[in-house]
Amino acid sequence: MLGTIYALLFYVATALMVVGLAAKIRRYARTPAPLRIPTTPSPTTRKGVVLRMIREVVFFESLFKSNKWIWAFGWVFHMSMWLVLARHIRYFTFDVWWWVQIVQPFGTYAGFAMVAGLAGLWARRFLVERIRYISSPSDHLMLALIIGIGLSGLTMRFVAHTDIIAVKAFMLGLLRLRIGDLPADPFLMIHLGLVAILMIIFPISKLLHAPGLFFAPSRVQADNARDVRHVGRWDNEEGASRG
Amino acid sequence: MAEDIPNMEDALDIPCLKVGAMEGLKPFIAGADHQEALGFPGELVPNWKEKALEKMAEMAETNRAFQVYLDTCVKCGACTDKCHYFLGTGDPKNMPVARQDLLRSVYRRYFTFAGKYFPWLVGARDLTEDVLQEWYSYYHQCSECRRCSVFCPYGIDTAEITMAARDILAHVGIGQKYSNEIIGKVHTVGNNLGLPAKALGATLEDLEEDIEDETGVSVRIPLDEKGADILLVTPSADFFAEPHIDGLLGYAKVFHEAGVSWTVSSYASEAANFGLFIGNQDQMREVSLRIRKAAEDLGVKRIIFGECGHAWRVAYSFLDTLAGPFDFLDQNYPIPQHILEFTWDEIQKGTFKFDKSKNDHIRLTYHDSCNVARASRMGDEPGGQFEIPRNVIKSVCNNYFDMDRDTTRESTLCCGGGGGLLTDDLMDLRVKGASPRMTALQQVTEDHGVTHMAAICAICKTQFSKVMPKYGYDMDSILSVHQLVSNAIILTGQETDDAEEDND
Repeated sequence: MLGTIYALLFYVATALMVVGLAAKIRRYARTPAPLRIPTTPSPTTRKGVVLRMIREVVFFESLFKSNKWIWAFGWVFHMSMWLVLARHIRYFTFDVWWWVQIVQPFGTYAGFAMVAGLAGLWARRFLVERIRYISSPSDHLMLALIIGIGLSGLTMRFVAHTDIIAVKAFMLGLLRLRIGDLPADPFLMIHLGLVAILMIIFPISKLLHAPGLFFAPSRVQADNARDVRHVGRWDNEEGASRG
Repeated sequence: MAEDIPNMEDALDIPCLKVGAMEGLKPFIAGADHQEALGFPGELVPNWKEKALEKMAEMAETNRAFQVYLDTCVKCGACTDKCHYFLGTGDPKNMPVARQDLLRSVYRRYFTFAGKYFPWLVGARDLTEDVLQEWYSYYHQCSECRRCSVFCPYGIDTAEITMAARDILAHVGIGQKYSNEIIGKVHTVGNNLGLPAKALGATLEDLEEDIEDETGVSVRIPLDEKGADILLVTPSADFFAEPHIDGLLGYAKVFHEAGVSWTVSSYASEAANFGLFIGNQDQMREVSLRIRKAAEDLGVKRIIFGECGHAWRVAYSFLDTLAGPFDFLDQNYPIPQHILEFTWDEIQKGTFKFDKSKNDHIRLTYHDSCNVARASRMGDEPGGQFEIPRNVIKSVCNNYFDMDRDTTRESTLCCGGGGGLLTDDLMDLRVKGASPRMTALQQVTEDHGVTHMAAICAICKTQFSKVMPKYGYDMDSILSVHQLVSNAIILTGQETDDAEEDND
């Protein structure tokens, strides 16, 4: 019964996340950028833009320039999250890939760093007047949600072990459209439930910053206005008016 | 100092929040004539709500920046201390994210799932007449300077949101008098001042006489001269305001010494393009097309822009898109080119003879104008917009000192008067918004005895000549970069006082 509920939950959540994100990305990609608006100084070539974006994604370069506290907490959280996610791949592959095995010990302890980073970000929402002013309930709830995922996961890893073999069997089954049994472990239910919620709200929340970054004209446009003509809507509209 | 001037220890000191400090401050609203001349309704239309939401939906579909920026903000707070108007006023709605949220909250309410069904959760709110008034107030407390976008981890540019909000407001009948009246003058007369061709011609003749009186050399400032190689498009303030006019004399001397043929156009006697400020791309295009027409009619081979910040953004980044392609111009030169690029090229070629001591009474710093710094480029390398003006300055001036690195180059602070705010009805905001820049200036005055500041933007120059006296500087402490060039250049055949010394 429990297995069926969670299986359905995950199928629905995955579908909503994939379809929702695809629709959003499609929309971003199809919406025209009428003018060239890179924030300069900016790379002048496509290759330069790719390097700039790698620096943004890997190092959070702009945030680093902006505010060291937000950068420290935000960077630690995001990078730890990647390690934690990488570690979780072992629950979805029968033979665990070599690099996932290497990540395993780092990913395990990165869970603490992830929660610490999130706690720092949340503390700023209370302690810094300016950030308190701009915070909506959803900003607090989002942090609570991810911290909840982190803490329930850490609890299963370090305090009250769940039957991880059974969980893996369940997940591998899901990938093959076979619904198996899930251990009736409260921390597991919390953990998976919150993850499903996160997946569902991904395309309708500020989590859209992840795909959005790659569509921000100020960052991804090259500064080559005098070399490559940026064609706007006007060309099609009325080429004749200049005649 | 007057009590309304913020007392800052450091240029980037973060004030405590003063909720509502700038509430209700509004520039004059455009009258029906100024609105209708641009194709906007003369007064608030009865179905304003429907119209505003329609416009917003249209923007989300036709402008990727608008759509992406509204969606991606995570409220991290990185931008909260980056706006000079926030630093100067303490009003939390002048924090970039809060300014964006004035519009984002409405967008969410009508266009997003979360905002439609859980408005309280995501801070979504209904569009009301009060909201329109709040937009009018706070979107005219943004100079569209893009400083926030440098520091945003997602590159969100509040200027884009401000422009969108102003455009929505104009479309429902609430336009800004200052900007719309000026755009109307460009359409009818050809420049922001409404200076007709005859008066312009007389002014330029006077200036030619001034140069001859000063140097003994006849230097021309041609107007509407067909067949000239270069069309100079410069802000009309260069024809009458101080210190702008001294910059124009500098361009004339530079062209003269370089031996090129050039002309000003009375039809396109304006580099400024306030269509950018009001966020209306069609208006921006109309103004740009005048420059194209002038270039075609006069048969020039090159277009060079004078010292003007936002004009250079529109010219460098948008002109080719809005009014191009310019295949009738000489493709061997950048299209368009900045006067500083021209001057620096000639300096490198050794075209000019300078007497740098002519600027020895000046201890100088340089203010990077926001639109040049963060929305354009000069030269071939990224950052050329910072190096080239400094290179030119250092070629003609012995005593140069940069301000704090956190307030220059891409981090430069706005003068406080850009983006369509250079109007007396916003003087309180202009003075407060200038305080971070003025504090950085006072710092180099203390450390290095700096007496003057140079700029390459007509708005910066006018703004500083008004607000600098409030911070203890003379109004003529603000200079044009080409004014310094003009001071130092020795024209061929010019008789100088210290010619004998030079011969020693």
